[in-house]
Amino acid sequence: MKLKVTDREGNKHELEGDSESTIMEILRDSGLEIEASCGGCCACATCHVYVDEKWLNKIPPIDDDEESMLDQAFDVRISSRLSCQISLSEELDGIELELAPE
Amino acid sequence: MIEKTDVIIIGAGPVGLFAIFELGLLNISCHVIDNLDKPGGQCAELYPEKPIYDIPSRVSITGQQLTDDLLEQAKPFNPVYHLNQQVEKINKLDTDEWLVETNHNKKVKAKCIVIAAGAGSFVPRKIPLENIAHLENINILYAVRNKSILKNKDLLIIGGGDSALDWTNELSKIANVTLMHRRKEFRAAPDSVSKMLELEKDKKIHFLLGQINEIQDLKNNKINVSVKYNDKIKTFEVDYLLPFFGLKMDLGSISNWGLNLNENLISVDTEKFQTSVPSIFAIGDINTYPGKLKLILSGFHEAALMAQECFKYCFPDKKNVFRYTTSSKDLHRKLNIV
Ligand SMILES: Cc1cc2nc3c(=O)[nH]c(=O)nc-3n(C[C@H](O)[C@H](O)[C@H](O)COP(=O)(O)OP(=O)(O)OC[C@H]3O[C@@H](n4cnc5c(N)ncnc54)[C@H](O)[C@@H]3O)c2cc1C
Ligand code: FES
Repeated sequence: MKLKVTDREGNKHELEGDSESTIMEILRDSGLEIEASCGGCCACATCHVYVDEKWLNKIPPIDDDEESMLDQAFDVRISSRLSCQISLSEELDGIELELAPE
Repeated sequence: MIEKTDVIIIGAGPVGLFAIFELGLLNISCHVIDNLDKPGGQCAELYPEKPIYDIPSRVSITGQQLTDDLLEQAKPFNPVYHLNQQVEKINKLDTDEWLVETNHNKKVKAKCIVIAAGAGSFVPRKIPLENIAHLENINILYAVRNKSILKNKDLLIIGGGDSALDWTNELSKIANVTLMHRRKEFRAAPDSVSKMLELEKDKKIHFLLGQINEIQDLKNNKINVSVKYNDKIKTFEVDYLLPFFGLKMDLGSISNWGLNLNENLISVDTEKFQTSVPSIFAIGDINTYPGKLKLILSGFHEAALMAQECFKYCFPDKKNVFRYTTSSKDLHRKLNIV
């Protein structure tokens, strides 16, 4: 399955992943600059991404925990998500996202 | 005044707390210094309510419960805690002791230093805008140290957690406070939320939905803050901006202490967990060695071995006899068990 990512400099990357991994893990393991300091426990908001609008209604909805954690992020938009809270799936094959500012 | 002890532990996370116990069993006394206002490190700050499932024999235990139990376990050894203090400098004295100094001028000397600093000190997360660094501690305050300078001033507080709401409620008594948050839901304690809403209803504070967009230095001791909500931008002038976006971990001055590092972690041996500088040890998340796992249980093991070596520095003329806590009368006495 594929993941299309725009980094903070505007460069595009195409990454491969499977449904065993969260999007944060795929981003981190590919060497992209994503801090993810809590390791995916929804406790740091340093894995913040913007999901392309086309994909917003396909990803599982945001829960209270994630919404609260987003309070610690900057420039939060309607398309904001914490990438550690989304697992890759067939549905999301090809998902496009952008890294939020650090 | 310089205080004196056997060992200074830098960091009151789970590993630093267990080190008090292991050192205590060997009659070694400690002072523990942490930048946070409470002990427990990541467990207490990042996930107090979340259960941990891999502490040996504890099927499930929350971050806060683990912290409370470690504090209880360390109690018989009367450790001295210095909280809200960040260690900045360490220096070797002529007496072969170490002098440790904090950002608030606390000075403690000891024979050994144990660095249990995790991923560094918890410090406020800063606004990621360029060209605002020079306003820090002048117009932008990430912590309030002296309330009196805020008297009768125009303040913009940002955030929806406990710090933002507590300061809004507190400072509304002396200043003109506007609280801004990106939504009208708050993760702060329900009491503080209702108090804030009441103040808003009585027009004692203003509440604003929005996020920070830009900050401009007005050169007249004030700043212009531009805020964004639903793509609409508003600007206004304030004396102080108080952003509360939670905490992050920052290694701080540890990298300048002359220790061998490997990608921001302190290299240690796996027998004594000593750093490249004799009598300075590093345990827990801050250290690295082949096969290192950043787990609490690894930190506990490291604390036990480190203590054996510290004993030699603290009591060079004494022999350390290995004993079990189950059967040793001597250890029972230390643990106040009768
Ligand atoms: C969400 C989450 C879930 C986790 N789940 C688990 C789990 O299930 N099992 C597990 O084993 N581990 C887990 N961990 C990892 C575990 O929390 C860490 O391994 C552990 O906290 C490390 O303990 P420590 O004492 O080494 O450091 P920390 O807990 O990081 O504490 C270090 C302390 O040192 C202080 N400090 C640092 N530098 C200075 C300085 N210069 N001056 C003063 N104070 C300073 C800091 O303020 C901090 O309080 C998890 C971590 C997170 C974030
Ligand atoms: S990695 Fe910390 S919230 Fe996602």
